[in-house]
Amino acid sequence: MSELDPPETPEGLPVTPADAVEIPLADVSGAGPDLVEVRVGAFGVHGSPDVSGYGGLINKIEIAGASERPYGSYFDEVADDLAINLGSDYNEAIEKVVVDRGEVTFYVRRARIVEVCQAMLHDPLLRFEMCLGVSGVHWPNELDRELHAVYHLRSITHNRIVRLEVTCPDSDPHVPSTTSVYPTNDWHERETYDFFGIVFDGHPYLTRIEMPDDWLGHPQRKDYPLGGIPVEYKGATVPPPDKRRSYS
Amino acid sequence: MSDTTYTKMGDTTDEATDGGPRESDYYQTTEGDRVYDVQGGDWETILAPPTGEKDRLIVNMGPQHPSTHGVLRLIVELDGESVQSIRAAIGYLHTGIEKNMEFRTWTQGTTFVTRMDYVAGLHNELAYSLAVERLLGIEDQIPERASVIRVMMSELARASSHLVAIATGGLELGALTGMTVGFRNREPILDLFESITGLRMNHGYIRPGGVSQDLPQGIEADITETLANLRKGSTDVQNLLVGNAIWLGRTQGVGYLDLAGCMALGVTGPILRSTGLPFDVRKTDPYCGFENYEFDVATQTTCDVYGRFLIRLDEIEQSLNIVEQCLDKLKPGPVMVADKKIAWPADLTVGPDGQGNSLAHIKHIMGTSMEALIHHFKLVTEGFQVPPGQVYVPTEGAKGELGMHLVSDGGTRPYRAHMREPSFTNLQAIAAMCEGGMLSDVVASISSIDPVMGGVDR
Amino acid sequence: MGLEDKLPSGFLLTTVESVHGYAQKSSLWPVTFGLACCAIEMMASGAGRFDLARFGMEVFRPSPRQADLMIVAGRVSQKMAPILRQVYDQMPEPKWVISMGVCASSGGMFNNYAIVQGVDHVVPVDIYLPGCPPRPEMLMDAILKLHDQIQNTRMGPNLIEDQQAAEQKALAARPLIEMKGLLR
Repeated sequence: MSELDPPETPEGLPVTPADAVEIPLADVSGAGPDLVEVRVGAFGVHGSPDVSGYGGLINKIEIAGASERPYGSYFDEVADDLAINLGSDYNEAIEKVVVDRGEVTFYVRRARIVEVCQAMLHDPLLRFEMCLGVSGVHWPNELDRELHAVYHLRSITHNRIVRLEVTCPDSDPHVPSTTSVYPTNDWHERETYDFFGIVFDGHPYLTRIEMPDDWLGHPQRKDYPLGGIPVEYKGATVPPPDKRRSYS
Repeated sequence: MSDTTYTKMGDTTDEATDGGPRESDYYQTTEGDRVYDVQGGDWETILAPPTGEKDRLIVNMGPQHPSTHGVLRLIVELDGESVQSIRAAIGYLHTGIEKNMEFRTWTQGTTFVTRMDYVAGLHNELAYSLAVERLLGIEDQIPERASVIRVMMSELARASSHLVAIATGGLELGALTGMTVGFRNREPILDLFESITGLRMNHGYIRPGGVSQDLPQGIEADITETLANLRKGSTDVQNLLVGNAIWLGRTQGVGYLDLAGCMALGVTGPILRSTGLPFDVRKTDPYCGFENYEFDVATQTTCDVYGRFLIRLDEIEQSLNIVEQCLDKLKPGPVMVADKKIAWPADLTVGPDGQGNSLAHIKHIMGTSMEALIHHFKLVTEGFQVPPGQVYVPTEGAKGELGMHLVSDGGTRPYRAHMREPSFTNLQAIAAMCEGGMLSDVVASISSIDPVMGGVDR
Repeated sequence: MGLEDKLPSGFLLTTVESVHGYAQKSSLWPVTFGLACCAIEMMASGAGRFDLARFGMEVFRPSPRQADLMIVAGRVSQKMAPILRQVYDQMPEPKWVISMGVCASSGGMFNNYAIVQGVDHVVPVDIYLPGCPPRPEMLMDAILKLHDQIQNTRMGPNLIEDQQAAEQKALAARPLIEMKGLLR
């Protein structure tokens, strides 16, 4: 097929952003960018033919992937101290390390998150005394890794910030709770449960915190609608924000 | 009001054979409702009062209450006057701001983020804009004048927020003159905001790339005058409350939370500084050129409400010093980043109709430069695109560490915007501060935490 | 209400109406229902510079039983709506509602799952005040318009007549979506 033909799925239909393109599991073995999404076309046209002439444009959206040593700044020290602390479990606990825009993210496997947090808190060379909270991110295209829980840790002694990221699949949205290590995550975990449905096992009372107690659904997931109503003007209505045209 | 008369119907004699509730009799009221009487089974144990405990009273200081600093619900278990346990229920102001931002462009995110902690909106805008700039990679391209203006506005917002905290603290504890004096002191700051940004609150001024418009002519004189008035007004507040025997009685030794408690609960801001730790993000992780300003970090060692009150007064003073230094550092220059594909294209000034873009700017866009017109159109309708990635930018908000966690998927809209709000985290400390104390101390403790429910619930 | 409602229409009733209206509007006591950003502007209008005390309104009663005006200042979330209704119900008649700010009037910029799109879904509103947030002067203008409304409210049989006329007018009014052709 020449480069100028529009791409085709097996059904013969052109690929649109609405079809979830199967993203392979993030290749954690090597360094290099991770694929987030493949966007086709230039103006976010859905459902109708794109007559702009840019309909065949394929945009691979790539996010920074696993980084290789040396990470730079204090990130190497943190990784080394963590490796010393975790010993042979380091590779099992830490999936990959991403250094991007001057910040480091440790992707931790969910079974080991409490252990890693304990190491981060108690090890004198790490001493991340304060956890700045947990929040969630929903990546529906990343099959089997849809729900991410992001922890930011701050070390006041050494003046450092790192990020820990834990992923879990939609089919089994459970992550061990870190409230035993950082009690501040109490409300943060409740909020992440409320908005994303990530169940933190071991949390003393995981209930909804922001939405009413009998609310159905988890609002900040990507498959939950924004829920607005059309706005009525004199002689016209404007659709709610999630139903309007989007250009990306 | 009609009396409802009960007409008894149904059989009352059958007993359940399996030990469960027996067939209940019901009464038919004249309005057509049925009233069932449920008996038997385990209803007695369910409905019985708890045994073996002293007389405990559970009081709901509901979301609508004059002293809860906004719509905060406190469920307090009281034994007489002393608090046995206290739990906070939040979410009564949840607005879905973070989800709403996922459907708006990056520049429009400013107007949403402002309304989270609405008392010091500029801090939210600053954290958000810094995060977008870090994602864009233009952190070092922000013009210096923009940074100086950002620092100046953010310090004025900090002073304004602390004045509200002191004023509402005074109101809740009965010092009503403190409230009127605090709000009176705040009005000159709001006038300055109005001259510079156009609005008293919810400004939408600090945008990714710089600030939306330059300072108006002659504003430096106004700022200097306001600073003098504020310093004089501060002495009024001090004369009223500092050393006041009643104020001391209500606030000293109240709401104790020491350093270990703060660390465990993730509490930052004046509460952490009242334990003696001089932690300030402006010193540890300077942003916007804060390393070039001379200011002290106000600290106390008493860990109580009075200490936090004194810290807030000190911080107002320090903020005014920083604003003075900003005035010295102001040099002529652009206030938006030079990259035309990101810079907000407006050049606002007061036109003949009292509002709008300057005529010279409109002539340039419409008459001479095609690129300017295209940029204006694309930036306003579609917005600029931000390369994929995630960042966390901590700043020092008025209440504590205000951090913006932004995730971008390469589009014109934020993929996920999360604000690490200090009020949300600090409010968890209520239980640690208040349990074991008296009910009246709960009010004092909450006013010292200074939660802004817009930030807590977002 | 009382004896005054049973007076027949005529000169005596109109005199009583003007006195009654004047008395009611002169000391409206608001109930504290500040929710969000508009609450800060409401507090500022109660403070020294934009004094609400000159209208007799600086006493914000925390208890709805002692209040006759509810200024819904701020965005009403789904969780807060039942409490709003409960506080409104606890206020004794006569009572009025000002919805302050665009979030209270129509949901404002938050057209989403979490915010009630206008408190008139929950309580009947007398004055809608737009603004995000409205300046204290705008709030005072709204209060003065409410004062005019209260002053001109008639009583007894006149009131019933007015209410029926207002209902007929609302039923016959042209809906917004039908007002076409305004942009030429």
